[in-house]
Amino acid sequence: MYKYNDFDRSFIENRNRQFRAQVARRIDGSLTEDEFKPLRLMNGVYLQLHAYMLRVAIPYGSLNSAQLRQLAYIAERWDRGYGHFTTRQNIQYNWPKLSDIPEMLDALAAVNMHAIQTSGNTIRNVTADHFAGAAADEIADPRPYAELIRQWSTDHPEFQFLPRKFKVAVSGAHQDRAVTKAHDIGLRITERAGKIGFDVIIGGGLGRTPMIGKTIQEFLPVDDLLPYIEAVVSVWNLLGRRDNKYKARIKITVHETGIDEIKALIDQRFNEIRPSFSGIDQSLLNSIIADFQGPELRNEPVHEFHTRYDSAAVFRSWIDTNTAAHRDNTHSIVSISLKKPGQTPGDASSAQMRVIADLAEKYGYDEIRISHEQNIVLPHVHKEDLFALYCALKPYDLATANIGLISDIIACPGMDYCALATARSIPIAQQIATHFDALKIEHDIGHLQVKISGCINACGHHHVGHIGILGLDRAGVENYQITLGGDATQTATLGERAGPGFSADDLLPAIDRLITAYLSVRLSPAETFLETYRRLGQAPFKAALYPETQQNTKAA
Amino acid sequence: MPTPKLSQIITANALINGDVIYFTRHGTWSPNFDEAEVFEDDAIAQDVLIRASAQADQTVGVYLTKVAADNGSYKPAHFREDFRKTGPSNYFHGKQEGVKNV
Repeated sequence: MYKYNDFDRSFIENRNRQFRAQVARRIDGSLTEDEFKPLRLMNGVYLQLHAYMLRVAIPYGSLNSAQLRQLAYIAERWDRGYGHFTTRQNIQYNWPKLSDIPEMLDALAAVNMHAIQTSGNTIRNVTADHFAGAAADEIADPRPYAELIRQWSTDHPEFQFLPRKFKVAVSGAHQDRAVTKAHDIGLRITERAGKIGFDVIIGGGLGRTPMIGKTIQEFLPVDDLLPYIEAVVSVWNLLGRRDNKYKARIKITVHETGIDEIKALIDQRFNEIRPSFSGIDQSLLNSIIADFQGPELRNEPVHEFHTRYDSAAVFRSWIDTNTAAHRDNTHSIVSISLKKPGQTPGDASSAQMRVIADLAEKYGYDEIRISHEQNIVLPHVHKEDLFALYCALKPYDLATANIGLISDIIACPGMDYCALATARSIPIAQQIATHFDALKIEHDIGHLQVKISGCINACGHHHVGHIGILGLDRAGVENYQITLGGDATQTATLGERAGPGFSADDLLPAIDRLITAYLSVRLSPAETFLETYRRLGQAPFKAALYPETQQNTKAA
Repeated sequence: MPTPKLSQIITANALINGDVIYFTRHGTWSPNFDEAEVFEDDAIAQDVLIRASAQADQTVGVYLTKVAADNGSYKPAHFREDFRKTGPSNYFHGKQEGVKNV
């Protein structure tokens, strides 16, 4: 894991000192809100419906136990005893007082964390595969490159007033778990003849105008990574539309300019700036790579695990659902679900965070990841420790066996908190999860990603949900549109709108009909919802969602 | 059915703790929705809004919002304002914690 050096520490401390003085000047009336707002946004402070919100970056989703404990402490000391993990691997505190935020930022700095560039028109927190450094299908750990980009982009003088926000995601595995095709820049590590390079995808994004990113460069050499990204952002910084914020993201620039022309401009800019990268970035990268060597894994055979697995059905179910293949076959990657049915997706109490921190220290080599799917991951757990880990998680409602199932729902905060939202997301997620949990059919339904956004900005990634739900305000009433067939992986696809929206009361019965239809038309339990949808198209699902329309059509 | 006539109130968030607040007929801010001054006349509402917005050392994001008559009192005309008046639906936090403010 990257360790802050004196430069990092002094940068954060200075920034916190500046912001403390800015908050004081706002409170004593020296600064108006118009003057203060851009300053607070540069430091991750939003105003939501009921209170301020502090968004803290968790770079590439990696934490150690001391950091997670500090996040728990901050939640308890200055907030309401919980934090909300987001789809961008951040944590949000929903109830801070403005006057307390400087203290919170100092508490974060004490564990090498900050809230810089978690909002505003800047390069945001760089996200990565939450199984980074552990996955069996990994080509190379994406985090050193994400860290290099974090350092390069933090306070980058050219990129502090971009046309709009800019999001970068990095994946180093065959399976894309970082949604790289829905980012302004997605980087995918590939390998040729024993060397690694990057496939560079640009212009992806969800929101008002969803687009799947386009590959602009294949197998970019590692040495060219920073200058190439700088060229991309630099070209967009000039071309990007500042006249209309809905058209300012790079996806619109790519769409309006054309991929060939923008590629030519980026290549030209790259050639201009490439000589100014003297190699310091590469020596820095090498030292970062050394920090990410990962733990020395315990060399101990697996015995008892198999006995437990064969004899304890509930444990077996959790193993089957919540663990993934580790690069070392004596270890597993464990996903801790923050989606117990009925709870708020992505929320963890201070007590839960502390338990996870303790268990990470005891069983997980002190490594923790936050996933964009709003769960917590212990990336390295020896299989002999899995049963003890499971038993320790259970009393804290952290052993729900539902990863990748219908109750493992991504949901943005929606109108319960967010000032931009047009409808609530959380109660919808709670209803769906509770309903299918009560029916005890979610394991039978199998892999199914439901993603819910409470507005068109799509923080809940609804466009790439197998079932996407978008909450809107229709004439002063909450209304929910359903999209079908979205896919967030390397085969990224935007879901297609199924038809008219549903009221909050009608939505759950509609989802129930949809699932019943899937169960009746799938070829076998092995065919997932997405596979069935791709085989049959919308027809059987639309018929289930809108039975009255079907009857009317037949009657006519 | 004719659309009921909507009145307006002035709301904001408190500068320090971010709490939802309402502008009262005494020219002060209250966390209590029921203490909000209700304006039937838009011209007067706009005028008071300017006055309320001038108290920038106490508030953030001052704006007018519509309310509907409700059995002798008023209620928010839009569900967003109802959530602001009450609190989030997933936890018993926000204004609903202090029942007298709901």
